[in-house]
Order: sequence, then structure tokens, then C-alpha cells
Amino acid sequence: MSDTHAQTVAYVRDTMLDQQDPPLNQTGAVKWIRENLFSGWLNILLTLLSLWVIYAALSHLLPWALRGIWDASNLSQCREIIAELYGPDKPAACWAVLAERWPQLIFGFYPKELYWRPILAFLIFLAAVAPVLFSSVPRKMLWVSALAPFVLFWLIWGGSLWGPIAAILGFVIGWAILTFAAPKIGNLISVILAIVVPVIYWLTLCGPLAGALASVVPLSLQTVPTQNMGGFMLATIIGVSGIVLSLPLGILLALGRQSDMFIINKFSVAFIEIIRGVPLIVWLFTASLLLNYFLPPGTNFDLMLRVIIMVTLFSAAYIAEVVRGGLAALPKGQYEAADALGLDYWKSMRLIILPQALKISIPGIVNTFIGLFKDTTLVVFIGLLDPIGLSNSIRATTDWNGVYWELFVFIGLCFFIFCFSMGRYSLFLEKKLRREHR
Amino acid sequence: MATISDPPERGFRLSQLIFDTRYRSMTIQVVAMILIGLLLSWLISNTIHNLEALGKDFDFGFLSQPAGYDINQQLIDYNNQMTHGRAALVGILNTLLVAVLGCALATVLGVVAGVLRLSNNWIVSRLTAVYVEGFRNVPLLLWIVLIFALMTESMPTPRDFRGEDGSSMILGESVAITNRGVYIPNVVFSRSLGGNEVAAPEPEAPAAAAATTNMAGTYGASRIATGGAGVQTGQTDSAATTGAAEGSGAEGGEVIPTSSGWDWLLILAVLIAGSIGAKVLGKRATRIQEATGKRPTTLPLQIASVLVPLIVVLVLLGASLDKPELGGFNFDGGVHLRNSLIALWLALSLYTGAFIAEIVRGGILAISKGQTEAAYALGLRPGTTMNLVILPQALRVIIPPLISQFLNLTKNSSLAIAVGYMDVRSTLGGITINQTGRELEGMLLLGLFYLVLSLLISGVMNVYNSSVKLKER
Repeated sequence: MSDTHAQTVAYVRDTMLDQQDPPLNQTGAVKWIRENLFSGWLNILLTLLSLWVIYAALSHLLPWALRGIWDASNLSQCREIIAELYGPDKPAACWAVLAERWPQLIFGFYPKELYWRPILAFLIFLAAVAPVLFSSVPRKMLWVSALAPFVLFWLIWGGSLWGPIAAILGFVIGWAILTFAAPKIGNLISVILAIVVPVIYWLTLCGPLAGALASVVPLSLQTVPTQNMGGFMLATIIGVSGIVLSLPLGILLALGRQSDMFIINKFSVAFIEIIRGVPLIVWLFTASLLLNYFLPPGTNFDLMLRVIIMVTLFSAAYIAEVVRGGLAALPKGQYEAADALGLDYWKSMRLIILPQALKISIPGIVNTFIGLFKDTTLVVFIGLLDPIGLSNSIRATTDWNGVYWELFVFIGLCFFIFCFSMGRYSLFLEKKLRREHR
Repeated sequence: MATISDPPERGFRLSQLIFDTRYRSMTIQVVAMILIGLLLSWLISNTIHNLEALGKDFDFGFLSQPAGYDINQQLIDYNNQMTHGRAALVGILNTLLVAVLGCALATVLGVVAGVLRLSNNWIVSRLTAVYVEGFRNVPLLLWIVLIFALMTESMPTPRDFRGEDGSSMILGESVAITNRGVYIPNVVFSRSLGGNEVAAPEPEAPAAAAATTNMAGTYGASRIATGGAGVQTGQTDSAATTGAAEGSGAEGGEVIPTSSGWDWLLILAVLIAGSIGAKVLGKRATRIQEATGKRPTTLPLQIASVLVPLIVVLVLLGASLDKPELGGFNFDGGVHLRNSLIALWLALSLYTGAFIAEIVRGGILAISKGQTEAAYALGLRPGTTMNLVILPQALRVIIPPLISQFLNLTKNSSLAIAVGYMDVRSTLGGITINQTGRELEGMLLLGLFYLVLSLLISGVMNVYNSSVKLKER
């Protein structure tokens, strides 16, 4: 059969031809461009449209930004320089406003000679978050993370060092009760004591103790009132404290919402829904206008502290919902397996449920954090000077009356860098955890 | 020997409350309830004491007192002699207006950007990625302030539209973008259901015709949203008053085209009836298809069933476009959209659109490729595959987070404070509180409004969600 063919054909080539290169328009960049950018009329249209958009945006922005003047002391001088260099009516940025006012945008009205304190605080903060964020950093660095909140508070607000030390003592007391008293008086009682005793200590003894110690050895820095803080420093302080405090609270609320206990469940649901149902601005106004109604007469505490409390509660409610999603996504077998191992509630949560649930909820949690950080700009409405508020006050001075875009670009870029890197970190974490899982 | 019997029944001991898991949860709940009760009573007693100390009472009577302040954008009749309650209502309607407009535009933007980000076209997908990341990572407040500054600082003044070489209106000389806001044409009816005034025969007529409709915020969408009578209110300028006065005094002459809420209600009703008709046609086609296997062509009929009644009604009402025209120092006629509304609307839509784009992208990616391949294997065309296989499944993923984005947009509309848009937070939660000194009541009502709105929307969402949920056996 197979011979038939050979007999009917006069000549059959018995060597292979050399492989030829594909046609030019089927390789490399040409092929890529044809397939990706010009594969159909809709695609061609979209490509041309986007090219036009890019051209339109860049042709306006680039000359404006690149011509920018960095050296001028006020807006009219800056405009004179522009007119001199490029002729009248040429668009050019006055970056000079940033060159002159950047300390204000970053530190607010923090005293100039004390700038080293927030800078040092920021460095310590970086050192403190490094072991939390990256597992390759030595574990001993976690001690820095544990102590950092107290040191940072002391560095930024100033005052006596004994205050934070006395506060740490409360935690030490709690820890001591848990370790030394637990074998004698039983677990449950020691846990209750470890919570109650430090609280009593903080409410009564802590202040006088710090005062007494300070009168003996005054280890103190110059106090800086909250009103002097502003700009990105303020946004970072509120954002970071909100993030750090809201995560544990949010997890507790999520557990409460999943709980079988009727009262705990209903309380968590009501709390979460009420907080989430009302915009943050309304909560901030509540903090600034109404908090005095709810507290004993004569109580008056720092506006920034109130804002931090409100922001924390607000994002805790959102985190609770995200974590609840993670808890609900776990197969029921995990809960049952934990029970079958004889673990009690907290152990099963800590060792089995939460690690998996939190891993699922990482993207949502980080999104909530990004949202929280962006929402710190809202404090401008209750009189704190966040970056946008400062841009208004810079514009209100005679020197820089009429400067808009340069400030907006700077503020926007800073926020973009912060938030974008948070988002990238969440992607990195997701990838890392997925790899470890396999 | 003696058989070991059960351990003797022991009575209930107090320690069981803590160590017996059967009773422990009860103990915890009781303790929690006592603590919560104590906290609440502490807060309430503090509030009562503080109110007493300030000499205030807890009373919502202020809502029926005259407000005494003006609101620059109103969808219903309002002047400063009316009550605080009315002012709050005006604010609520303004909030709802910007929320509805924002949700609509954000959905369009988000769906387009989400689909384009998945496009094979490298430039397009990069560009949409820049849009999404740019808006997601920069605070909304900055965008609102930026767009507001863009509107007020970079747009031409109405004066610039004068003369030959000045700025020009766009879209066939009908839309003017100025630094005072955007002027768009208004639809007016010469046989309005609300009744037309008759103009003086000559030269005042055009001015009056233009001016009667120059009401801040009385425009189509709003009236549809409120359903109320779009009574002529607001900043009627002097030309309008003189024109109207002369108009009412004159006999005969030209009819001033105007528009009332009833006209828009009628149009809305006709539109709804038309689309129900279209649905019925579609159902009939499906029935025929299932019986005979052939689907009759229905699209032209469906379009006609919506459009024909609409056109008939518009002709009957004598609809015409009232274009804005350059008057003395400003534009007359048409609808004036204030910068505050435009900035808030655009910023909210662009910002939320970026989030919706990610949701849409995630929803489409969540449908496994096997679904498409299976549909192709069944012989479905790409369009049918999208409509019958991919979209129904993707929507199940997309809808819940989409609704929560709508909720976010509605709550974010309270950022109106940044540009002076008179929403409910600025009226009830702002000026009213400042004037009456009733922070507690005002904030409570404000919070309650947002809470009820959120719960309503999420309630609707839950109903929808359970109706499209995967039915598992």
C-alpha cells in the first residue's frame, strides 16, 4: 500500500530542508505589535485612542513639570522667573513652594530644632516593623517592636521618660501574674487577674509613680503639644496607631460575630453595623463635638487621641467583616478537627483557625489599612492639620496665594507611594504564604 | 463483689458556672451583659449630667423652627423661612442626587475600565492600570479638591465666551463649561402638565423664557429622583422676576415653555411601561423559541415599544431644548450645575470606578476558562457565550462587592463638606447644628439617616444575593 505512492511520484526528496526563519512580520516586535495592538478594528481604535490620551496628558504635564522653578521665595517672583526664561503665558510649575515649605508639609508646626525627634522616631518605627513584616529579619528584633510604641510616644510628644516606663510596668505585672501565679491559683483566675490588676495599676498607681520617679531623676524631653503636629507626620501617626490597634480589635469583633453566644453575637453585629453604616466624617464630628457629652464632666482629652480612637473603631469594624469572611471560608472540618484534638476555644482559634483565616483575608485587611491611611486626610475637617489642610494654609499666606497643582501633585505622590507599597506588600505576602503552603 | 455503681449525683455547685462548659457560656454572657449595661448606663448618665450642666434638654423641636439660611442647590421648594426639617430634607435629596449620579457614572467607568484592563492590547491595559492604581492609592479628598480647583481655576469665565476669539461652547453650542459651573440645556414643555405662563408679546419674551428655567438644580434627573413638583425656586434673577411679572400681566402672546414634576413623572411612567412592554415581547419570543425552536426577531419591536410612546409623549407635551445663552455677566437658561456638584460627582465616580474596575476584573477572572471552552464546544458563538454563560456567573461574584462600593460612594458623598456642596451633612449636620446648638440631636439624626440608608441598601443586596446564589443540592 505504502509503495503505491512512491511509484506514482517521480521524485521524492530524501533530505530535510533547512529550517527557514519565519517571515519578518511573524516574528519579534512586529508580530507582537500586530497581535497585541492592531489585531482588529476595535483594537486599532483603542490603541490610537490610548496613544492620543497619553500624548495629550504628557504634552501638558511634562513641559509644565520639567520647566519648573525650584528657586524662588514667593509665587510672583516665581512667575517673573518663568516669564523671563520661557516667555509669558508658558505653563511652568513653581516647585519652589515645595522647596520652601516641605518641612511644613511633613512635620506641620513641629519646632524646627526638634526635627531630629520625629526623624529618629520614624527610623525606630522602620526597625520595629521590619521583623513583623519580613520573616528573614532576626526574631530578636521583635523586642524592638514591643518596646517601640513607648519609645516613639516619648520621642514625638516629649515629656518625662518615666511615664512610658511606668506604663510598661503594667504589662510586666500582667506577664508576671501569668507566669508565676498561674500554677498556684489556676489558669482562669490568673488570666482574669492579669487583666484586672494592670488596669487598676494604670488607673491609680501609674501616674503618681511616674511623677515621683521624674522628680528624683528627671529624664525628660521638651514637650510638644499635639496642635503643633501636622502634615504627613500626623497622617502617619494616626494611620499607624489606627492600623496597629484596629487589627486585634477587628479580630475579636469577628470572633464575636461568629460566636454562638447570643449576647456577644448580637452586640458584635450591632457594633459592626452601626459603625459601618455611618461615614467616617460623622464619627469624627462625633468625636470632636459629642465625646464630651458622653464622658464625666470635666474630662477633656487630646483631639488627636479622640481621632485615633474613632479611626481605630471605624477600621476595626471593617476588618471584622473581612476576617469574618475568612473565618466563614474555612471548611467546617477545620473547626471539627480542632475540637477533636481536644483544644479549647482560644487554643483552637490561635493554632488552627485564625492562621488560616487571616491568610485568606490578607488582601482585604491590607485594603482596609490602605483605606484607613487615606482616610486620615479627613481629620482636616475637625481642625487637625493633615497634608491637605496644610496645603490650604500654605495657600492662605500672601507668598503662595494661588499655588494649587504643585502641592496637590506632591501630596498625591506621597500618598500614592505609601499606599501603593502597602498594596505591593500584600501581594508579596500572599505569594509567600501560598508558596509555604505547598 | 459489689458492682460499681454510677458516681453519686451531686447537686449543682457554684464552680460549675466557670469550669463546666455547659454553664460557662451562660456565665460569660451574663457577665458581658452586665458590663455592657454598666457601660451604657454610665454613658447615658454622663450625657444627662452634662446636658443638665449646660442647661440643655433633649428635644427635636428645633426641626420645626425656621432655618434662616439659604441652600444654593435645591430639588424641592425651599427658602430660608422654612423649617430646619425642610432644610434637612433638601440636604438629604442633594445627598441622594449625587449618590445616584455617582453610582451610575462609577458603574459605567468601572465596567469599561475593568474589561479594558483584561484586554490583550498592551497599551490599553497599562493605561487602565494607571487609572485604577492612581485613583485607588490617592485619598478621595485630594481628588475632590483637585477637580474643584481644576473647575474654578482652569476653566474660562463666562465673560470669555463673548466675542469671536473667546472660548466656545461645546456639543453644538449647547454646553458651556465655565469656572462658575457647567451649563447644560434643559428640556422644557410648551404644553406642560403643570401649566404654562403666558409671556408678554414682545421683547421680554426670550429673556423670560430663558430665565424661568434658570433654577439651580431643578433639572430632569432630580425631578425624577424626587418625583415631587419641580417648583420654580432658587436663584431667580431679576430678569426672571420682571419677565414673569410682565408675562402674567400681559394678555395673549407667546406661551413660555416650562417644565414641572408632573411632566417628568409622566415621561418616567411611559418609559417604565415601554420597557415592561419590551420585556413582554422578549418573553413571548422565548416562549415561541422554546415551542418551535425558532426565535422571532424582536429587537426592532422592543426598541420601538420603548421609543415610540416616549416620542409621542414628548411631542404631545411640546418638548423643546432650552439652551443656555450668554446673558449679562453669566449664562441664562438651561441648567446650571454648580462646580461643587460637578467636582464631587466626578471625583466620587472616578474614585469608586477604580474600585469597581477591580471588582469587575476579579469577577471575570473568577470564571474558569473551562466555562468558555465548554460553551464553545457546545457550538455557542462568543457573544452568546458571554451573555448566557460567563456574565451570569461573573455577576454572582461581582454584585455583592459592587453594592458595597455603592454604599461606600453614598457614605463618601459626605465629603461634600470639602467643596461646599449642600448635602445632608452640611445642612442638618452643619449649619443647623451651628445655629441651634443641638449637636446631640443633630448628629443622632444624621447618623440615623446614613445608617438607615446603608441598612436599606444592604437589605436589598441580601435579597438579590440570595436570589442569584448558587442553588446547591
